[in-house]
Amino acid sequence: MYWLRWGWAELKNEVVVLPSRTLVLAWAAALLVLPAVYDDAYVLRILTMTCIFAIFAASWDLLAGYTGQVNFGHALFFGAGAYTSALMSHKLGITPWATIWAGAAVAMLFGALVGYLCLRLRGSYLSLATLAFPLIALGLLFAFPDFSGGELGISGVRRLMLTPTANYYIASISMLAIVFGLWQLADSNFGIVLHAIRDDEVAARASGINTPRYKLTVFAVSAAAAGFAGALFAHYLRVAGPSTLEVALSFQVVIWGIFGGVATIYGPVAAVFILYPLTEWLGSFKALGELRLLIFAAIVLLVLLFMPRGLTPWVRDKIETQCPRCKQRNGAWRSVCRLCGAALKAQVAGAQRLVGHQ
Amino acid sequence: MLQDILVTGLVNGGVYALLAVGFSLIFGVARIVNIAHTAFYMLAAYAFYTLLVKVGLGFLASSVLAVAGVTLFSVLCYRLVIEPVREHEAAVLIATIALALIFQELMLFSFGGNYLGIPSTLEGGVRVLGVSIPYQRMLILVVAAAMLTAAWFILYRTRLGLAIRATANDLEVASLMGMNVHRIAMATVAISVALAAIAGVVVAPVFVVDPFMWLSPLVTMLAIVVLGGLGSLKGSLIGALIIGYVEAITVFAVPAGAYLKGAVALAIMVGVLLARPEGLFGVAFEEER
Repeated sequence: MYWLRWGWAELKNEVVVLPSRTLVLAWAAALLVLPAVYDDAYVLRILTMTCIFAIFAASWDLLAGYTGQVNFGHALFFGAGAYTSALMSHKLGITPWATIWAGAAVAMLFGALVGYLCLRLRGSYLSLATLAFPLIALGLLFAFPDFSGGELGISGVRRLMLTPTANYYIASISMLAIVFGLWQLADSNFGIVLHAIRDDEVAARASGINTPRYKLTVFAVSAAAAGFAGALFAHYLRVAGPSTLEVALSFQVVIWGIFGGVATIYGPVAAVFILYPLTEWLGSFKALGELRLLIFAAIVLLVLLFMPRGLTPWVRDKIETQCPRCKQRNGAWRSVCRLCGAALKAQVAGAQRLVGHQ
Repeated sequence: MLQDILVTGLVNGGVYALLAVGFSLIFGVARIVNIAHTAFYMLAAYAFYTLLVKVGLGFLASSVLAVAGVTLFSVLCYRLVIEPVREHEAAVLIATIALALIFQELMLFSFGGNYLGIPSTLEGGVRVLGVSIPYQRMLILVVAAAMLTAAWFILYRTRLGLAIRATANDLEVASLMGMNVHRIAMATVAISVALAAIAGVVVAPVFVVDPFMWLSPLVTMLAIVVLGGLGSLKGSLIGALIIGYVEAITVFAVPAGAYLKGAVALAIMVGVLLARPEGLFGVAFEEER
């Protein structure tokens, strides 16, 4: 009873007062109840893929948005997770429930390795150097086709669950858990250090922050999440192929991340939830099927021309304002701050308004 | 085999140098990581194909028109797409990725995904040191050398070149000295894309033309530019030759080398970066705060 009252108070005082929090809550609730309401296999399939890619995009944002290590080779971690999990469950016959974690662990190792190699690189050098790693991995996979299945990849990987609904719940619940986990992490003191590293690494070091250790940790955490997504992907589609390592996937995650707005975690997730179903939906039309990538790129380009900081920061600025005194956020409809009572909109006197018009 | 390696490495190195120098130039001046750079190379190859095979113009006319057209088009793209979001680095980055995807899809839509062959500009070949070199490959080498010399001349012997180098060195000071930084950025875009377009036109008869031909040179070019040092033209040139030879050696001397050539080239880049994080000839420039 106490918890119920506490929950209700939290909901009333912390969530509903801000439109963005309400939206997030509504979205999470909608994801969880959807199969009960609308049980269409095609929709569930698209949403499952969306959830998997949302994990992937959120993990990129922790690394690129928060820490400023703009990774152009994030597909390496996705592919490492997918291939490890698929190989272990296919060749060794271990249950997918265990191999998914193994995939995440191997991706984590790769993340630490890449992070270690890139410790001294910064800015564009880091982006362009990281682009190389998945391609090196791809070259090695093609050179040893007996082990990796070459161009075809490893097919016939075991499913996690049999029904579409169960698979959907696995993807959506792990997505919610990982995304909220990453969000909490990015909001903690750890996340503040990451902001500091991105904005000024030298100053962060001068303040006594062991930046290499933080960067390595972020690489590992982000890679582990991406590897988890990759492993889920392999077991859902039942194939781990070279497409999980391609440049296209690395670029795709960069597009999702920047389109949604970097350093937000929820931005890339929102971008995946908008763009991925959109491209699938466009692809379902016969006439538009060939043009869907074109339309996708054009939409991204147009949106960016009007919202260069990304979609979610733009929307958030429209529906919320920041209190000038206490820096808390308020719904756009309020005229005074909900916490400190400061006026949110500048009260312009009549005379000033006249001057302003001249 | 040694001769094959020597010749192939030199020819590929020349093409890579044309691409990498242009990319490096635009990065140095405007700090734009132009992912669409090799997409312009692909567009030039398609324009050349259309003018030569479909319209039936001569080799010289179609190559000049293709290069000029693509260059103008790139300046237009820069004005319409890149310039409005210049302050937001991330937005510039994905704007160029989106542009490249749009070009790829447009070409896929209008020409289909087939490989298109273009007749050689020059038939026949010469034998040097026991290797037969087709004239077409000689042409690539000669054009690459001529264009790199021309680029060097523009950069180091003209007022425009002086302005470009000044802007690359320090944008704010160049602006304070009365240079029109926006116009210089546009001129740089034009020069850089013109180099890529020329590369596209000369290689079109040797390589196949297809909508995805921009991806593999893109990766190699990025490796070269990072290897040589971002923004350093000398570095790009030497990096291009190194990568050209490394690829040739891998393809000819290593089993399953065709699969591994990209991996080996990229591994060399990573190795260089480990030893020298700013690339071979890069300057570790102070971060702007």
